Amino acid sequence: MGQIEVPVVRNILQANERLAASNRRRFQEAGIYVINLMSSPGAGKTSLLEKTIDGLAGQLRMAVIEGDIQSSHDAERIRTKGVQAVQINTEGGCHLDANMIQIAVESLELENLDVLIIENVGNLVCPAEFDLGEHDKVMILSVTEGDDKPLKYPLMFQLSSVLVINKVDLLPYIHCDVQLIRERTRQLNGNQEIFEVSCTSGSGMDLWLEWLKKKVQGVKDQLSRQGEA
Amino acid sequence: MPCFAAGGDHPRQGGSLNDLNSWHEDSIVHELSIAQSLLEIVLEESRKHRMTKVRVIRLQVGELAAVVPDSLMFCFGMISENTVACGAILEIEAVPVVARCSQCQLMFEVENHVFSCPECDVPVMDLVSGRDLSVMSMEGEREESDGAD
Ligand SMILES: Nc1nc2c(ncn2[C@@H]2O[C@H](COP(=O)(O)OP(=O)(O)O)[C@@H](O)[C@H]2O)c(=O)[nH]1
Ligand SMILES: [Mg+2]
Ligand SMILES: [Zn+2]
Repeated sequence: MGQIEVPVVRNILQANERLAASNRRRFQEAGIYVINLMSSPGAGKTSLLEKTIDGLAGQLRMAVIEGDIQSSHDAERIRTKGVQAVQINTEGGCHLDANMIQIAVESLELENLDVLIIENVGNLVCPAEFDLGEHDKVMILSVTEGDDKPLKYPLMFQLSSVLVINKVDLLPYIHCDVQLIRERTRQLNGNQEIFEVSCTSGSGMDLWLEWLKKKVQGVKDQLSRQGEA
Repeated sequence: MPCFAAGGDHPRQGGSLNDLNSWHEDSIVHELSIAQSLLEIVLEESRKHRMTKVRVIRLQVGELAAVVPDSLMFCFGMISENTVACGAILEIEAVPVVARCSQCQLMFEVENHVFSCPECDVPVMDLVSGRDLSVMSMEGEREESDGAD
């Protein structure tokens, strides 16, 4: 029998990356701004979405894709607010991938939207590895998780354009050094925007909403420039 | 053909998914889906090269990639049973994190997760390597073609 060695040189995630690129083109054409929202379970992704929906009501048209291991509870929380929500159940899978997003997007009328937020499965490791075609990765760290997380999950912090530090209303009751979080994450990603918020009290929400609106406008400006060219 | 060497002489041979979960707290399913994509590539390439057996698969995995090599090997061992890659050894080469400064173009190895230029002290986002997750080559046996060789 012939022994052989063959060169391969292929990216293992190439299938996902191709689909992500195609999603990205689709979003670009429709002129919508897309966020991949990630955190550990319970850090406050759905809460931030609820606050964001309230804050943008009447200003921007929004839709949500909810990724969850099971149940459609989060999607129902969003629909209660009168916003379109598509549920993806990963049946045990710990992250969303570009293929799931491509399918979910079929049930949305992208042309009638300004912003789409994808709530990823609660997990600080795997979602970072899978591009969905989003414009920005936004991560939430709640102060109850501790200030050592940037050291433990460097990829997630390195790739996220925004870090939302949530549950700051609880700071008086726990040991968590927000300044230390800022220093540790700045080493990983010196361009990261950081917002300190409480989804419960609503504090800090104005700065986050302002940033979001600017990003949405950026995508629209780009689209109209292309239209003129 | 039954496979008696799932995972080769991998240290986690005989382990269960539950064992794995307990030492890699952030769930195994992640490496499982990467192992699945890996297997697809390996099977496709082995068909292309008419291989009857894959013995070694060489990979490059960046030090920043969210992949635990041991869980990847374990998952691959499980799902490659009854394929030509059953029992194949994964040789994983770790690729250091290297970044390039956008101001002075200096390329440097990122140590201790400090992503800033040692010369200019500005944040650096341009990664040259470190997120790699690639199949580089495979070794094994090829089917005898009639008369040739
Ligand atoms: N004290 C406090 N609790 C919060 C805050 N934001 C969210 N929570 C609570 O944290 C829990 C998990 O929130 P949820 O939005 O479902 O997290 P998800 O799993 O990331 O979507 C809920 O009980 C929320 O009420 C906050 O700013 N402060
Ligand atoms: Mg949620
Ligand atoms: Zn420099």
